[in-house]
Amino acid sequence: MKAPDFDYLRPGTLAEAIAILSEHEGEAQPLAGGQSLMPMMNFRVAAPAVLVDLSALSELRGITRTDTSVRIGAMTRYRELADWANICTDLPLIAVALPHIAHDAIRNRGTIGGSLALADAAAEMPALMLALGATIELMGPNGTRHVPADDFFQGFYDTACEADELIVAVDIPLAPEAKFGFHELVQRHGDYAMAGVAIKATSLAPLSGLRIAFFGVSDRALRVPALEAALDGTSGDEAAIAAALPALEAIEFEGDLKVSAKTRAHYAGVALKRALAEMLA
Amino acid sequence: MSKTKDISLTVNGEVLTANVPVRMNLVDFLRHEAGLTGSHVGCEHGVCGACTIEVNSDTVRGCLMLAVQADGATVTTIEGLADSGRSAALIAAFTRRNALQCGFCTPGMLASAIAYVEGGGIADKQAIRDHISGNYCRCTGYQSVVDAIHDVVTEGASA
Ligand SMILES: Cc1cc2nc3c(=O)[nH]c(=O)nc-3n(C[C@H](O)[C@H](O)[C@H](O)COP(=O)(O)OP(=O)(O)OC[C@H]3O[C@@H](n4cnc5c(N)ncnc54)[C@H](O)[C@@H]3O)c2cc1C
Ligand code: FES
Ligand code: FES
Repeated sequence: MKAPDFDYLRPGTLAEAIAILSEHEGEAQPLAGGQSLMPMMNFRVAAPAVLVDLSALSELRGITRTDTSVRIGAMTRYRELADWANICTDLPLIAVALPHIAHDAIRNRGTIGGSLALADAAAEMPALMLALGATIELMGPNGTRHVPADDFFQGFYDTACEADELIVAVDIPLAPEAKFGFHELVQRHGDYAMAGVAIKATSLAPLSGLRIAFFGVSDRALRVPALEAALDGTSGDEAAIAAALPALEAIEFEGDLKVSAKTRAHYAGVALKRALAEMLA
Repeated sequence: MSKTKDISLTVNGEVLTANVPVRMNLVDFLRHEAGLTGSHVGCEHGVCGACTIEVNSDTVRGCLMLAVQADGATVTTIEGLADSGRSAALIAAFTRRNALQCGFCTPGMLASAIAYVEGGGIADKQAIRDHISGNYCRCTGYQSVVDAIHDVVTEGASA
């Protein structure tokens, strides 16, 4: 199908974009890469009266690195992230995960801000932000807010970003000594995951400072504190994982046409084992 | 506010100007307004890859971009890729390998394959499969498509 009709605006400044969103109170929707919003509009699941194209907002672009963190503008495309000179050294977890997100032609348009604002439960980016301990910078009519990723994802396609706010950027702390793991189970390369996990550890022997974020398992990307606690201080060997796995029961696994909730619960454990095994190898 | 907008873009080297409904997809503009029916439309939600075209040198889904978003852009469709000779080696390999039956997927498949070959893709069949995983073919079973792309990468390496 084709999208229902709408008004199209392309503001030139962030302030102007926010004014439009406030003025239209929930009737207006931002358009970033369009790689989720356009399908939703073509399906008529989304029917904004006003489409606010963010492509002219220079405030939402660019990757800047300080001594302690990397700030990524919301309109940064997956492709631009992959091409960033420091991606492998400064953000190795993102470097490893990027090829798993959709396909070349989608990555050429899809943005980090769009993925986080959408908060698809099976998307990689929200889980990466959780594992990395990122902070999401929002701008609305009342100014700027900084929301930790841990508080940002609130439910099924639900985030801390209000209808009159925009994600401006994400800030990711640099962790040169940290180790990372990533694994996802998919039917086909580039598909949304049936279950996946992203891991950060400040040390491997023993495991410590763990941040383990799952995606494709429930209504949103999430961490399981009891699982992190159970693995902390262990060697991450088979026995340690077996002892920690029951903690996954805290997740309310969801089933769909592809995978039942029970299978998902199993896959989450498989993804965790494989990601840890690769980290420790 | 107006539900149509004037746009100007370069398509296959030619400057086009038009007044388009803002809800019109880029691939519909190319097919119905510009008469370039080489790009196909399958799913209209980004899944099948039949509408794959080049915008400012990047492959994109023509069904997930609005024509108004292409204002000022440089667009190359499968017709342009053929006219400039960029798809010649792939077309020859697709023909030799019988890498198409009905041909519906072929324009998008070629556009994705060109991005692989020109982007320095390696002669590895799994890597080729991963790259074209966003392009559906309901006829060939992909084997011959992968073989054809593999041929071109290998030829390029030996040329
Ligand atoms: C075939 C296909 C396969 C895919 N596979 C995957 C996959 O495996 N993994 C995955 O993670 N994703 C996948 N995607 C989705 C893709 O990653 C999208 O690009 C991404 O989810 C949304 O980013 P976008 O820039 O395209 O946002 P858009 O589609 O433009 O917007 C998405 C939502 O976010 C809102 N929004 C956008 N930017 C902002 C902002 N700065 N502030 C506030 N709100 C904003 C929009 O209003 C909209 O509600 C796939 C898409 C397709 C078509
Ligand atoms: S028609 Fe665009 S991807 Fe199917
Ligand atoms: S040749 Fe028929 S869909 Fe590919």
